[in-house]
Amino acid sequence: MIAEIGHFALILALAVALVQAVVPLIGASRGNAAWMALSGPTSAAQVLLVAISFAALTHAYVTSDFSVMNVAQNSHTDKPMLYKVAGVWGNHEGSLLLWITILAVFGGAVTLFGRNLPPGLKSRALAVQAMITVGFLLFILLTSNPFERLEPPPLNGQGLNPLLQDPGLAFHPPLLYLGYVGFSMAFSFAIAALIEGRVDAAWARWVRPWTLAAWIFLTLGIALGSWWAYYELGWGGWWYWDPVENASFMPWLAGTALLHSAVVVEKRDALKSWTILLAITAFGLSLLGTFLVRSGVITSVHAFATDPARGVFILGLLVVAIGGSFLLYAVRAPALKTGGLFAPLSREGTLLLNNVLMATGAGTVLLGTLYPLFADALNLGKVSVGPPFFNAVFLPLMVPMVLAMAVGPLMSWKRGDLAGALSRLKIAGALAVAAAIATWVWQGGSLGPWWAAGGMALAVWLFLGVLTELAERIRLFRAPFSQSLSRLAKLPRSAWGMTITHAGLAVFIAGMTASSAWKLESVQSQKIGETITVAGYAFTLKDVQSVQGPNYLASRGTFEVTKDGKPFAVMQPQKRQYKSPPMPTTEAAIETTFLGDVYAVVGDSGGDGGYVTRLYFNPLVVWMWAGTGMMVLGGLVSLSDRRHRVGAPTRARLPAHSVRA
Amino acid sequence: MRRLLYLLPVAVFGILALFFLRGLTLNPREIPSVLINRPVPEMNLPPLPGRGDNTGLATADLKGRVSLVNIYGSWCIACVQEHPYLMKIKQTGIVPIHGIDWRDDPVEGAKWLKKHGDPYDRVGIDPAPGRTAIDFGVTGAPETFIVDKAGIIRYKHIGPVTPEAWEKTLLPIIKELNK
Repeated sequence: MIAEIGHFALILALAVALVQAVVPLIGASRGNAAWMALSGPTSAAQVLLVAISFAALTHAYVTSDFSVMNVAQNSHTDKPMLYKVAGVWGNHEGSLLLWITILAVFGGAVTLFGRNLPPGLKSRALAVQAMITVGFLLFILLTSNPFERLEPPPLNGQGLNPLLQDPGLAFHPPLLYLGYVGFSMAFSFAIAALIEGRVDAAWARWVRPWTLAAWIFLTLGIALGSWWAYYELGWGGWWYWDPVENASFMPWLAGTALLHSAVVVEKRDALKSWTILLAITAFGLSLLGTFLVRSGVITSVHAFATDPARGVFILGLLVVAIGGSFLLYAVRAPALKTGGLFAPLSREGTLLLNNVLMATGAGTVLLGTLYPLFADALNLGKVSVGPPFFNAVFLPLMVPMVLAMAVGPLMSWKRGDLAGALSRLKIAGALAVAAAIATWVWQGGSLGPWWAAGGMALAVWLFLGVLTELAERIRLFRAPFSQSLSRLAKLPRSAWGMTITHAGLAVFIAGMTASSAWKLESVQSQKIGETITVAGYAFTLKDVQSVQGPNYLASRGTFEVTKDGKPFAVMQPQKRQYKSPPMPTTEAAIETTFLGDVYAVVGDSGGDGGYVTRLYFNPLVVWMWAGTGMMVLGGLVSLSDRRHRVGAPTRARLPAHSVRA
Repeated sequence: MRRLLYLLPVAVFGILALFFLRGLTLNPREIPSVLINRPVPEMNLPPLPGRGDNTGLATADLKGRVSLVNIYGSWCIACVQEHPYLMKIKQTGIVPIHGIDWRDDPVEGAKWLKKHGDPYDRVGIDPAPGRTAIDFGVTGAPETFIVDKAGIIRYKHIGPVTPEAWEKTLLPIIKELNK
């Protein structure tokens, strides 16, 4: 009964969404205020209906109602409650429902927070938002009904893929979707702006915080996913350029570019049509990711079960949403008034450079991800594109970007002084060169990879560049110290946001470089009592025991680890065999230190009385997580900036300092 | 000229969409099975408890007649879905179906057949880790193989046997092999 209510609520939501997609749009073009205002109650009704539907499915999972096919296929009574709930979105149908729920919530948020928006823009944007909802609701109702019943109901369910039974991954999809769907706001407002034929500072001021919020969620979601890959998949790495990883990374790149170009629209009234294009692209890439993961067009280690009917439907959705938007863009964008002009060497110029590099980066990732498809479609054979391609093509693009990241914020708007900016970065440059040399010497010249020195130099350059900009802003050493302090205290939060985020990227680059360049690993068959030394850490295998979990049986190895003869840690990695579905997983044991992670994995017994063990030392891994954390924190700080919260054009008359950023 | 530039995104997307459309008809997972047109792997699977004498499944049992080999398990939900249709195929008598109870508790496997009906001629059990299924190249349950009179694997069907798959794909192959 409850499942049917959920199903019915979705059908009602479709009806409401259809109204919302049409009526406000007509109202806006005719200037009919009542028709435009309809977008408010309809978006509120959608939040309610979709929430009922989501709650109904959650209820089926929590109560283990196996007469619902989706629950029977993905849940099990023995599963801990957290994973019963996470099971709701751990499958194709449920994750779509989560997608729609988030979409509805964002739509509701426009109504709630957008009271100061021009009514035409608001109702048009909400209508576009509703069109996306219609597409997804049709998709779910016609091809992927999560409420389908099963007759007769099985006694127990099949269980959730054990790899996904992990706290990190339980929250990975919701965060990722908050990011993907968050970009729909920028998209809807971009389409609304194209229809109106006007993009101005007020538009950018509204779009920026939403894009920033989406970016924060997406960053967190991606980080959580790679953190999970790092500790759960047990291969010591954290990123594999897998199609599904790429599917989340491409919108991130486009979204990052969008964040920066929207700044230019707001401050300088320039780069408008480019910003609109990025807004469409960022959401388009989010949709594309959905298509790739669910259509079976690309193989991936963690794609959803696929069905050709779904593939055709979502391709249709993609063509209408993205093809249609790009077409509208081709027709309307040339008419957008171009605003402030700027010299190539200016703040705008460096932001544009950043944008072009980001977009090119996203393009290369797209090319690499789709290349197997192109090759197959053109009968060039089955190929796979792996990390070597991406590392060789993508990373070099990021080098000039990071170099420019230190320079850009030191340039002034309109016409910048490159020589002046560079002269202020003298210290940063000198220390970056010193870091390169020190790294080279420390790793024993060509004994380590050549690019490690470059990576470390970039990290130092960016970090010191960020500090230089901060010092510049508060006129450190140029004005009396007390004056610098008071300037520091008065810095707008958006400035702090940029400083923290950019510094976070520097910390991330250092961690990424070190963990890729100097990872130490040792794989062997290790007997009980035997000691293996990796990076100065001596691992003694004490025993391997069977332990019983709630829905798995595990063999747990116990290592006593010493460093320089002193006890360091007792580490207990596990190899688990889950019962339903029957599947093995590895649970690595990780001890994190400032300089690196000590990482141990235990495997099957090797036949000669030993166990296959894999022992790693992964340098500076925690720097990567810390750097990502700083990027998220910076985003949050910037989001809390008063101007972002105010957002609306009518209240933009604020104290003068808030105009600077 | 400048206007053409604005058309670039939609043009690029159009080309991508064409590739996607083509991609939907291709299957990147379809790695041509090395087992097609090869003899069935060597096996001698023990019988399911309480199913009479004429059970167990060995390589020799698959010679002399065109037959289907169906991989199932009591834990497999999609198997419940295809099961009624397997019962129908049994009633037509066109082709004998043999079952491999894969990675299952034999008692549960037998109980499951009592509950849902037993479409099989012979059933062998392949307990975890499922060596025989690995030899067959099974990637998941259910999967169904067509074996010809000489005991050579001629086709592999992944997923539940649906009426559509049966009419359009499996039955024509069986008819062809029976000629």
